[in-house]
Amino acid sequence: MDGVHDLGGMQGFGPVEVEPDEPTFHGEWEARMFAVAGGALGAGGFNTPMFRHAIERMDPGHYLTSSYFEHWLTAVATLLVEEGMISRDDLDARVSSFPLSRPTTVDADDVDGASPRETPRFAVGDAVRVRDLHFGGHSRCPRYIRGRRGVVARIDVAAPIPEFEAHRRERVLDPTYGVRFDAAELWSEAAEANAPVYVDLYEQYLELVT
Amino acid sequence: MTDDHGHHPAPLTDVERRARALEELLTEKGIVSPEFIDQVVEAYAQDIGPMNGAKVVARAWVDPEYKRRLLADGTAAIAELGIGGPEGDHIVAVENTPDVHNVVVCTLCSCYPWPVLGLPPTWYKSPPYRSRMVREPRTVLAEMGCDVPDDVEIRVWDSSAEMRYLVLPARPPGTDAVSEEDLAATVTRDAMIGVARP
Repeated sequence: MDGVHDLGGMQGFGPVEVEPDEPTFHGEWEARMFAVAGGALGAGGFNTPMFRHAIERMDPGHYLTSSYFEHWLTAVATLLVEEGMISRDDLDARVSSFPLSRPTTVDADDVDGASPRETPRFAVGDAVRVRDLHFGGHSRCPRYIRGRRGVVARIDVAAPIPEFEAHRRERVLDPTYGVRFDAAELWSEAAEANAPVYVDLYEQYLELVT
Repeated sequence: MTDDHGHHPAPLTDVERRARALEELLTEKGIVSPEFIDQVVEAYAQDIGPMNGAKVVARAWVDPEYKRRLLADGTAAIAELGIGGPEGDHIVAVENTPDVHNVVVCTLCSCYPWPVLGLPPTWYKSPPYRSRMVREPRTVLAEMGCDVPDDVEIRVWDSSAEMRYLVLPARPPGTDAVSEEDLAATVTRDAMIGVARP
Protein backbone atom coordinates (compact mmCIF):
# COMPACT_ATOMS: atom_id res chain seq x y z
CA MET A 1 0.00 0.00 0.00
CA ASP A 2 1.11 3.55 -0.61
CA GLY A 3 1.19 4.14 3.13
CA VAL A 4 2.79 6.43 5.63
CA HIS A 5 5.34 3.72 6.52
CA ASP A 6 6.92 4.02 3.06
CA LEU A 7 9.16 6.89 4.07
CA GLY A 8 12.07 6.74 1.64
CA GLY A 9 12.70 10.15 0.09
CA MET A 10 9.96 12.03 1.92
CA GLN A 11 10.84 15.52 3.12
CA GLY A 12 10.00 17.62 6.12
CA PHE A 13 10.91 15.36 9.04
CA GLY A 14 13.85 17.46 10.19
CA PRO A 15 17.13 16.31 11.72
CA VAL A 16 17.86 12.83 12.99
CA GLU A 17 17.66 13.06 16.75
CA VAL A 18 20.11 10.81 18.56
CA GLU A 19 19.58 9.94 22.21
CA PRO A 20 23.01 9.63 23.88
CA ASP A 21 23.68 6.30 25.57
CA GLU A 22 20.27 5.03 24.60
CA PRO A 23 19.25 1.85 26.43
CA THR A 24 17.97 -1.17 24.49
CA PHE A 25 14.56 -0.66 26.04
CA HIS A 26 13.04 2.52 27.46
CA GLY A 27 11.36 1.15 30.50
CA GLU A 28 10.15 -2.28 31.29
CA TRP A 29 7.09 -2.14 29.07
CA GLU A 30 9.15 -1.98 25.87
CA ALA A 31 11.12 -5.05 26.82
CA ARG A 32 8.02 -6.96 27.78
CA MET A 33 6.17 -5.81 24.65
CA PHE A 34 9.01 -7.05 22.48
CA ALA A 35 8.75 -10.48 24.08
CA VAL A 36 4.94 -10.56 24.15
CA ALA A 37 4.89 -9.77 20.44
CA GLY A 38 7.23 -12.63 19.64
CA GLY A 39 5.17 -15.07 21.66
CA ALA A 40 1.81 -13.91 20.33
CA LEU A 41 2.90 -13.91 16.69
CA GLY A 42 4.18 -17.44 17.12
CA ALA A 43 1.04 -18.62 18.91
CA GLY A 44 -1.20 -17.21 16.19
CA GLY A 45 0.91 -18.45 13.31
CA PHE A 46 1.29 -14.90 12.03
CA ASN A 47 4.19 -14.41 9.65
CA THR A 48 6.37 -11.31 9.41
CA PRO A 49 4.57 -9.82 6.39
CA MET A 50 1.24 -10.09 8.24
CA PHE A 51 2.80 -8.33 11.22
CA ARG A 52 4.37 -5.62 9.08
CA HIS A 53 1.10 -5.04 7.26
CA ALA A 54 -0.76 -4.68 10.55
CA ILE A 55 1.70 -1.87 11.40
CA GLU A 56 1.25 -0.31 7.95
CA ARG A 57 -2.53 -0.29 8.48
CA MET A 58 -2.26 1.95 11.55
CA ASP A 59 -3.93 5.32 11.23
CA PRO A 60 -1.19 7.50 9.67
CA GLY A 61 -1.42 10.09 12.41
CA HIS A 62 -1.04 7.41 15.06
CA TYR A 63 1.85 5.81 13.18
CA LEU A 64 3.87 9.02 13.03
CA THR A 65 3.27 10.00 16.64
CA SER A 66 3.89 6.66 18.32
CA SER A 67 7.04 4.73 19.15
CA TYR A 68 8.33 1.60 17.49
CA PHE A 69 7.11 -0.58 20.33
CA GLU A 70 3.70 1.09 20.26
CA HIS A 71 3.56 0.05 16.61
CA TRP A 72 4.26 -3.50 17.75
CA LEU A 73 1.62 -3.30 20.47
CA THR A 74 -1.01 -1.98 18.09
CA ALA A 75 -0.22 -4.50 15.36
CA VAL A 76 -0.17 -7.53 17.65
CA ALA A 77 -3.47 -6.57 19.28
CA THR A 78 -4.99 -5.96 15.85
CA LEU A 79 -3.97 -9.36 14.48
CA LEU A 80 -5.19 -11.17 17.59
CA VAL A 81 -8.58 -9.44 17.45
CA GLU A 82 -8.92 -10.09 13.72
CA GLU A 83 -8.09 -13.74 14.27
CA GLY A 84 -10.58 -14.03 17.13
CA MET A 85 -7.92 -15.00 19.68
CA ILE A 86 -8.94 -12.04 21.82
CA SER A 87 -11.86 -9.68 21.47
CA ARG A 88 -12.31 -5.95 21.34
CA ASP A 89 -14.40 -6.37 24.52
CA ASP A 90 -11.47 -8.06 26.26
CA LEU A 91 -9.37 -4.97 25.60
CA ASP A 92 -12.11 -2.49 26.43
CA ALA A 93 -12.69 -4.21 29.75
CA ARG A 94 -9.13 -3.38 30.74
CA VAL A 95 -8.33 0.03 29.28
CA SER A 96 -10.44 2.98 28.25
CA SER A 97 -8.91 3.35 24.82
CA PHE A 98 -7.00 0.84 22.70
CA PRO A 99 -6.60 2.07 19.11
CA LEU A 100 -6.19 -0.73 16.59
CA SER A 101 -5.10 -0.68 12.96
CA ARG A 102 -7.60 -0.26 10.15
CA PRO A 103 -8.90 -3.36 8.37
CA THR A 104 -6.99 -4.53 5.35
CA THR A 105 -8.43 -3.32 2.07
CA VAL A 106 -7.49 -6.30 -0.07
CA ASP A 107 -8.69 -9.90 -0.24
CA ALA A 108 -6.64 -12.99 -0.74
CA ASP A 109 -8.00 -13.13 -4.28
CA ASP A 110 -6.49 -9.75 -5.03
CA VAL A 111 -3.01 -11.25 -4.95
CA ASP A 112 -2.10 -12.36 -8.45
CA GLY A 113 -1.48 -16.02 -9.10
CA ALA A 114 2.18 -16.93 -9.40
CA SER A 115 4.17 -20.13 -9.44
CA PRO A 116 7.05 -20.72 -7.06
CA ARG A 117 10.24 -19.82 -8.83
CA GLU A 118 13.77 -20.13 -7.57
CA THR A 119 15.84 -19.69 -10.72
CA PRO A 120 16.67 -16.02 -11.30
CA ARG A 121 15.67 -14.53 -14.64
CA PHE A 122 18.16 -11.69 -14.33
CA ALA A 123 21.94 -11.68 -14.13
CA VAL A 124 24.36 -9.37 -12.37
CA GLY A 125 24.86 -6.34 -14.59
CA ASP A 126 21.39 -6.49 -16.17
CA ALA A 127 19.59 -3.18 -16.51
CA VAL A 128 16.17 -3.39 -14.88
CA ARG A 129 13.25 -1.09 -14.24
CA VAL A 130 11.04 -1.26 -11.18
CA ARG A 131 7.42 -1.86 -12.15
CA ASP A 132 5.01 0.93 -11.31
CA LEU A 133 3.04 -1.10 -8.80
CA HIS A 134 0.31 0.34 -6.61
CA PHE A 135 -1.01 -2.73 -4.82
CA GLY A 136 -3.30 -1.81 -1.94
CA GLY A 137 -2.02 -4.48 0.41
CA HIS A 138 1.37 -5.39 1.83
CA SER A 139 4.34 -4.95 -0.46
CA ARG A 140 8.08 -4.51 -0.11
CA CYS A 141 8.51 -2.36 -3.18
CA PRO A 142 9.23 1.16 -1.93
CA ARG A 143 7.55 4.09 -3.69
CA TYR A 144 10.76 6.04 -4.34
CA ILE A 145 12.16 3.51 -6.78
CA ARG A 146 9.02 2.63 -8.75
CA GLY A 147 9.45 3.29 -12.44
CA ARG A 148 13.19 3.89 -11.92
CA ARG A 149 16.01 2.12 -13.68
CA GLY A 150 18.75 0.29 -11.87
CA VAL A 151 21.37 -2.39 -12.38
CA VAL A 152 21.37 -5.83 -10.78
CA ALA A 153 24.32 -5.81 -8.38
CA ARG A 154 23.78 -9.08 -6.52
CA ILE A 155 21.59 -12.16 -6.77
CA ASP A 156 20.26 -13.28 -3.40
CA VAL A 157 18.08 -16.11 -2.11
CA ALA A 158 14.71 -17.06 -3.47
CA ALA A 159 12.30 -15.99 -0.73
CA PRO A 160 8.55 -16.03 -0.09
CA ILE A 161 6.75 -13.20 -1.86
CA PRO A 162 5.51 -10.80 0.85
CA GLU A 163 2.14 -10.21 -0.86
CA PHE A 164 1.32 -13.93 -0.73
CA GLU A 165 2.49 -14.36 2.84
CA ALA A 166 0.59 -11.32 4.08
CA HIS A 167 -2.73 -11.95 2.39
CA ARG A 168 -2.88 -15.71 1.77
CA ARG A 169 -0.44 -17.12 4.32
CA GLU A 170 1.16 -18.85 1.34
CA ARG A 171 4.85 -19.27 0.70
CA VAL A 172 5.39 -18.62 -3.00
CA LEU A 173 9.07 -18.21 -3.75
CA ASP A 174 10.64 -15.55 -5.92
CA PRO A 175 14.30 -14.73 -6.51
CA THR A 176 15.54 -11.60 -4.76
CA TYR A 177 18.22 -9.19 -5.91
CA GLY A 178 20.28 -6.28 -4.73
CA VAL A 179 19.69 -3.53 -7.30
CA ARG A 180 21.86 -0.42 -7.59
CA PHE A 181 20.23 2.90 -8.44
CA ASP A 182 22.20 6.01 -9.31
CA ALA A 183 21.17 8.92 -7.11
CA ALA A 184 20.37 11.08 -10.16
CA GLU A 185 17.92 8.43 -11.41
CA LEU A 186 16.03 8.70 -8.13
CA TRP A 187 16.32 12.36 -7.21
CA SER A 188 17.11 14.13 -10.46
CA GLU A 189 18.66 17.56 -9.90
CA ALA A 190 18.30 17.19 -6.13
CA ALA A 191 20.63 14.16 -6.05
CA GLU A 192 23.85 14.19 -4.08
CA ALA A 193 26.95 13.25 -6.09
CA ASN A 194 28.58 9.89 -5.70
CA ALA A 195 25.80 8.38 -3.56
CA PRO A 196 24.06 5.37 -5.15
CA VAL A 197 21.30 3.50 -3.33
CA TYR A 198 21.09 -0.28 -3.26
CA VAL A 199 17.62 -1.73 -2.73
CA ASP A 200 16.73 -5.38 -2.18
CA LEU A 201 13.88 -6.42 -4.44
CA TYR A 202 11.81 -9.45 -5.38
CA GLU A 203 11.97 -10.44 -9.02
CA GLN A 204 8.26 -9.82 -9.53
CA TYR A 205 8.85 -6.11 -8.88
CA LEU A 206 11.33 -5.87 -11.76
CA GLU A 207 11.33 -5.91 -15.54
CA LEU A 208 14.27 -6.12 -17.88
CA VAL A 209 15.28 -2.98 -19.75
CA THR A 210 16.19 -3.92 -23.29
CA MET B 1 0.11 -10.74 38.57
CA THR B 2 0.69 -7.07 37.98
CA ASP B 3 2.93 -6.91 41.02
CA ASP B 4 5.36 -9.35 39.42
CA HIS B 5 6.91 -6.63 37.34
CA GLY B 6 5.10 -3.44 38.05
CA HIS B 7 6.84 -1.28 40.62
CA HIS B 8 6.42 1.98 38.77
CA PRO B 9 6.85 5.03 40.95
CA ALA B 10 5.15 7.20 38.32
CA PRO B 11 1.61 6.65 37.05
CA LEU B 12 1.48 4.48 33.97
CA THR B 13 1.29 6.18 30.61
CA ASP B 14 -1.51 5.25 28.22
CA VAL B 15 0.74 3.03 26.16
CA GLU B 16 2.06 1.28 29.27
CA ARG B 17 -1.52 0.61 30.34
CA ARG B 18 -2.31 -0.87 26.95
CA ALA B 19 0.83 -2.98 26.91
CA ARG B 20 0.08 -4.29 30.36
CA ALA B 21 -3.53 -5.04 29.42
CA LEU B 22 -2.44 -7.04 26.39
CA GLU B 23 0.21 -8.95 28.32
CA GLU B 24 -2.24 -9.83 31.09
CA LEU B 25 -4.86 -10.91 28.60
CA LEU B 26 -2.44 -13.14 26.73
CA THR B 27 -0.93 -14.75 29.79
CA GLU B 28 -4.38 -15.34 31.34
CA LYS B 29 -5.56 -16.99 28.14
CA GLY B 30 -2.38 -19.06 27.96
CA ILE B 31 -1.39 -17.60 24.58
CA VAL B 32 1.99 -16.43 25.89
CA SER B 33 3.70 -17.73 29.00
CA PRO B 34 5.36 -15.44 31.57
CA GLU B 35 8.45 -17.67 31.43
CA PHE B 36 8.80 -17.09 27.69
CA ILE B 37 8.54 -13.34 28.20
CA ASP B 38 11.22 -13.36 30.88
CA GLN B 39 13.58 -15.44 28.74
CA VAL B 40 13.30 -13.16 25.72
CA VAL B 41 13.70 -10.01 27.79
CA GLU B 42 16.82 -11.38 29.41
CA ALA B 43 18.39 -12.50 26.13
CA TYR B 44 17.96 -9.15 24.40
CA ALA B 45 18.87 -7.13 27.48
CA GLN B 46 22.04 -9.12 28.20
CA ASP B 47 23.35 -11.38 25.46
CA ILE B 48 22.43 -9.92 22.09
CA GLY B 49 23.96 -6.62 21.13
CA PRO B 50 26.69 -4.81 19.20
CA MET B 51 29.42 -6.59 21.14
CA ASN B 52 28.68 -9.55 18.87
CA GLY B 53 29.21 -7.54 15.70
CA ALA B 54 32.33 -6.01 17.20
CA LYS B 55 33.82 -9.49 17.59
CA VAL B 56 33.11 -10.19 13.93
CA VAL B 57 34.74 -6.94 12.83
CA ALA B 58 37.82 -7.41 15.01
CA ARG B 59 38.27 -10.95 13.73
CA ALA B 60 38.05 -9.69 10.15
CA TRP B 61 40.64 -7.03 10.92
CA VAL B 62 43.20 -9.51 12.25
CA ASP B 63 42.46 -12.51 10.04
CA PRO B 64 42.44 -11.86 6.27
CA GLU B 65 41.07 -15.33 5.55
CA TYR B 66 38.16 -14.73 7.92
CA LYS B 67 37.55 -11.36 6.29
CA ARG B 68 37.41 -13.03 2.89
CA ARG B 69 34.85 -15.54 4.17
CA LEU B 70 32.83 -12.78 5.86
CA LEU B 71 32.55 -10.77 2.67
CA ALA B 72 31.71 -13.90 0.65
CA ASP B 73 29.07 -15.30 3.04
CA GLY B 74 28.30 -13.19 6.08
CA THR B 75 25.82 -15.65 7.55
CA ALA B 76 28.30 -18.52 7.57
CA ALA B 77 31.10 -16.31 8.87
CA ILE B 78 29.15 -15.04 11.89
CA ALA B 79 28.06 -18.61 12.59
CA GLU B 80 31.75 -19.52 12.91
CA LEU B 81 31.78 -17.26 15.97
CA GLY B 82 28.61 -18.83 17.32
CA ILE B 83 26.43 -15.88 16.27
CA GLY B 84 23.02 -16.25 14.64
CA GLY B 85 19.31 -16.08 15.31
CA PRO B 86 16.22 -14.09 14.35
CA GLU B 87 16.89 -11.48 11.64
CA GLY B 88 20.26 -13.07 11.00
CA ASP B 89 19.48 -15.66 8.34
CA HIS B 90 21.01 -13.64 5.51
CA ILE B 91 23.83 -11.42 6.66
CA VAL B 92 25.71 -9.37 4.08
CA ALA B 93 28.90 -7.66 5.20
CA VAL B 94 29.85 -4.56 3.20
CA GLU B 95 33.40 -3.26 3.47
CA ASN B 96 34.44 0.34 3.86
CA THR B 97 37.52 1.16 1.78
CA PRO B 98 39.39 4.36 0.98
CA ASP B 99 36.95 4.83 -1.93
CA VAL B 100 33.67 3.55 -0.51
CA HIS B 101 31.66 4.25 2.63
CA ASN B 102 28.63 2.06 3.36
CA VAL B 103 25.56 2.97 5.39
CA VAL B 104 22.44 0.93 6.17
CA VAL B 105 18.80 1.97 6.38
CA CYS B 106 15.36 0.38 6.16
CA THR B 107 12.93 2.83 4.61
CA LEU B 108 9.84 0.59 4.93
CA CYS B 109 10.20 -0.48 8.55
CA SER B 110 13.31 -0.99 10.65
CA CYS B 111 15.07 -4.12 9.38
CA TYR B 112 18.34 -4.58 11.23
CA PRO B 113 20.80 -7.45 11.82
CA TRP B 114 19.73 -8.35 15.35
CA PRO B 115 22.24 -11.15 16.07
CA VAL B 116 25.23 -8.91 15.43
CA LEU B 117 23.93 -5.51 16.52
CA GLY B 118 21.04 -6.21 18.89
CA LEU B 119 17.87 -4.18 18.52
CA PRO B 120 18.07 -0.91 16.60
CA PRO B 121 18.32 2.49 18.31
CA THR B 122 15.33 4.81 18.15
CA TRP B 123 16.91 7.15 15.61
CA TYR B 124 17.37 4.25 13.17
CA LYS B 125 13.61 3.60 13.39
CA SER B 126 12.66 7.27 13.14
CA PRO B 127 11.03 8.99 10.13
CA PRO B 128 13.90 11.50 9.71
CA TYR B 129 16.52 8.79 9.29
CA ARG B 130 14.36 6.49 7.16
CA SER B 131 13.15 9.25 4.85
CA ARG B 132 16.39 11.14 4.39
CA MET B 133 19.19 8.58 4.30
CA VAL B 134 18.34 7.36 0.80
CA ARG B 135 17.96 10.89 -0.53
CA GLU B 136 20.68 13.00 1.09
CA PRO B 137 23.05 10.55 2.77
CA ARG B 138 26.10 12.81 2.74
CA THR B 139 24.14 15.58 4.42
CA VAL B 140 22.58 13.31 7.03
CA LEU B 141 25.90 11.66 7.81
CA ALA B 142 27.55 15.06 8.25
CA GLU B 143 24.75 16.15 10.56
CA MET B 144 25.38 13.01 12.60
CA GLY B 145 29.05 13.88 12.89
CA CYS B 146 30.27 11.53 10.18
CA ASP B 147 32.01 13.53 7.48
CA VAL B 148 32.61 11.53 4.32
CA PRO B 149 34.93 13.20 1.80
CA ASP B 150 33.26 14.11 -1.49
CA ASP B 151 35.47 11.77 -3.48
CA VAL B 152 34.38 8.78 -1.38
CA GLU B 153 31.33 7.00 -2.79
CA ILE B 154 28.55 6.57 -0.25
CA ARG B 155 26.65 3.35 -0.81
CA VAL B 156 23.28 3.36 0.90
CA TRP B 157 21.82 -0.10 1.53
CA ASP B 158 18.02 -0.13 1.90
CA SER B 159 17.32 -3.52 3.47
CA SER B 160 13.86 -3.99 2.01
CA ALA B 161 13.85 -7.78 1.49
CA GLU B 162 15.74 -10.65 3.13
CA MET B 163 19.31 -9.37 3.49
CA ARG B 164 20.51 -7.75 6.70
CA TYR B 165 23.65 -5.64 6.44
CA LEU B 166 26.70 -5.28 8.62
CA VAL B 167 29.18 -2.56 7.72
CA LEU B 168 32.80 -3.64 8.06
CA PRO B 169 34.60 -0.42 9.01
CA ALA B 170 38.18 0.23 7.99
CA ARG B 171 40.71 -0.79 10.60
CA PRO B 172 42.05 2.36 12.25
CA PRO B 173 45.67 3.10 11.34
CA GLY B 174 48.33 2.46 13.94
CA THR B 175 46.57 -0.52 15.50
CA ASP B 176 48.88 -3.27 14.27
CA ALA B 177 50.00 -4.13 17.77
CA VAL B 178 46.51 -4.08 19.29
CA SER B 179 45.00 -7.43 20.25
CA GLU B 180 41.82 -8.74 18.70
CA GLU B 181 40.00 -8.37 21.98
CA ASP B 182 41.11 -4.78 22.45
CA LEU B 183 40.20 -4.00 18.84
CA ALA B 184 36.71 -5.36 19.42
CA ALA B 185 36.29 -2.95 22.33
CA THR B 186 36.83 -0.03 19.94
CA VAL B 187 34.17 -1.05 17.38
CA THR B 188 30.95 0.86 17.85
CA ARG B 189 27.40 0.07 16.85
CA ASP B 190 27.27 3.28 14.84
CA ALA B 191 30.38 2.31 12.84
CA MET B 192 28.72 -1.01 11.97
CA ILE B 193 25.56 0.79 10.78
CA GLY B 194 27.75 3.20 8.87
CA VAL B 195 26.92 6.48 10.60
CA ALA B 196 30.37 6.76 12.18
CA ARG B 197 33.91 6.19 10.99
CA PRO B 198 36.36 4.88 13.60
